[in-house]
Amino acid sequence: MGSASSVLTQYDIEEVEEHCDHLFTQQEIVSLYERFCQLDKNAKGFISADEFLSVPEFALNPLSHRLLKMVDGLNFKDFVAFLSAFSSKPTLPQKIEIIFKVYDTDCNGKVTFSDLIEVLHDLTGSFMSDKQREEVLSQLLHEAGYTKESSLLFNDFVKILDSPGLKMEVEVPVD
Amino acid sequence: MGKLNTSSSELDFDRPNIEDYLPSGSIQEPHGKLRLRDLLDISPTLTEAAGAIVDDSFTRCFKSNPPEPWNWNIYLFPLWCLGVVVRYGLLFPLRVIVLTIGWIIFLSCYFPVHFLLKGHDKLRKRLERGLVELICSFFVASWTGVVKYHGPRPCMRPKQVFVANHTSMIDFIVLEQMTAFAVIMQKHPGALFLESLGCIWFNRSESKDREIVAKKLREHVHGADNNPLLIFPEGTCVNNHYTVMFKKGAFELGCTVCPIAIKYNKIFVDAFWNSRKQSFTTHLLQLMTSWAVVCDVWYLEPQNLKPGETPIEFAERVRDIISVRAGLRKVPWDGYLKYSRPSPKHRERKQQSFAESILRRLEEK
Repeated sequence: MGSASSVLTQYDIEEVEEHCDHLFTQQEIVSLYERFCQLDKNAKGFISADEFLSVPEFALNPLSHRLLKMVDGLNFKDFVAFLSAFSSKPTLPQKIEIIFKVYDTDCNGKVTFSDLIEVLHDLTGSFMSDKQREEVLSQLLHEAGYTKESSLLFNDFVKILDSPGLKMEVEVPVD
Repeated sequence: MGKLNTSSSELDFDRPNIEDYLPSGSIQEPHGKLRLRDLLDISPTLTEAAGAIVDDSFTRCFKSNPPEPWNWNIYLFPLWCLGVVVRYGLLFPLRVIVLTIGWIIFLSCYFPVHFLLKGHDKLRKRLERGLVELICSFFVASWTGVVKYHGPRPCMRPKQVFVANHTSMIDFIVLEQMTAFAVIMQKHPGALFLESLGCIWFNRSESKDREIVAKKLREHVHGADNNPLLIFPEGTCVNNHYTVMFKKGAFELGCTVCPIAIKYNKIFVDAFWNSRKQSFTTHLLQLMTSWAVVCDVWYLEPQNLKPGETPIEFAERVRDIISVRAGLRKVPWDGYLKYSRPSPKHRERKQQSFAESILRRLEEK
């Protein structure tokens, strides 16, 4: 740990554990704290967008700017809560919640056709034309029983993504 | 509808494939008919991003790993205090004296030699080289450097270049003590003695600089009378546990490359100069107030470009040789990412593979 100013006490660890619904173990929380301090270069108490983007593996991810919006400026408690969707223990709805939030940019609980197109654009870049993306999406929506005009809700996502199960686990290195 | 739009940016041949190094456990090649789920399921990409937030190989390269503190109990602590007194009160002043004497000898010999022997270049150069080796030995003594050299000493031959892994500016001094290398380094004030060794300057922030520097390198190497050239192809200091990618500049000069591996023993002090955390003076003071700097230097077998090998492959092969010898792990990152963002070409490769997979599966009915 770099800065001597903030040391994690047992109370702090338990508070964070409570806040993330016990999805991380206490050891993992301590490791995440070390990582948090490593990224938060001047011990501000939060990690700025710039500091996230200084991790090249994160910066070259096609969805990095969407995740950045969700994680920029979070304090440590909320940082752990955010990452808890990627631990080994969350339920399926908890995992799908983060996927839904990535799509639902205006946070109104509905994912429209244009939201879907935007994310597909991030993932495929200039390697598919807009027309191709629209065609593929329309066709697949139609096959699944939706239309271009329908807005997908959280429960629709749960239904679509349920089988065969979502693998979204990140290992926290514990010394 | 199966045609893929080709990207306007060309494939980057400048670096090896990052995908070979990055963990790809969760990304299996999907098969079968395309369904809505496959488009909506962004979990692999999200997992990669979250994985990078939690731990990434690039940040690990530049993490300082100071030796573990051992003064944690009632009888070790007084011993440690005694050690501090000896180090700061006795060793440090002694070392400063040694260094001052060294500088006095060096300066009082260097300037006369440099100016009085203007006409006798060969003799002058030989004496100057000897003097630089001398001052470097004084420096190494000032940190009680225990350096073990393995392998045949470098000799002065034309058409050869030396490359080494980089941990701190003291790498240069440790190597210079044995052989008066010419070196290529980032422009910074206060290193004018190195002019006499034939040093080459570059400026990281200037992009046009690369061609000029490449030309200077080539000229130096082909000159018979020049000092052997030492290059640190990583381009930045790494923490002596990893190696970052080697820049190909040293490997396309059309000459033999002699690898040198340097490994510091952290038992007394961590020699990594974390330039983001401390200035060079602080780093030097830290070295001068520790017990010793212990390191191993291996001069390895000279390598040549194999037929059919590109300079990048050559650079990676030499990096492999050095990393294996010094027990360092390889990562696929460019050291300059410390100062800049990755180019969008890497992102484009991911996008391309995803787009291709979608369009391919669309064809499968």
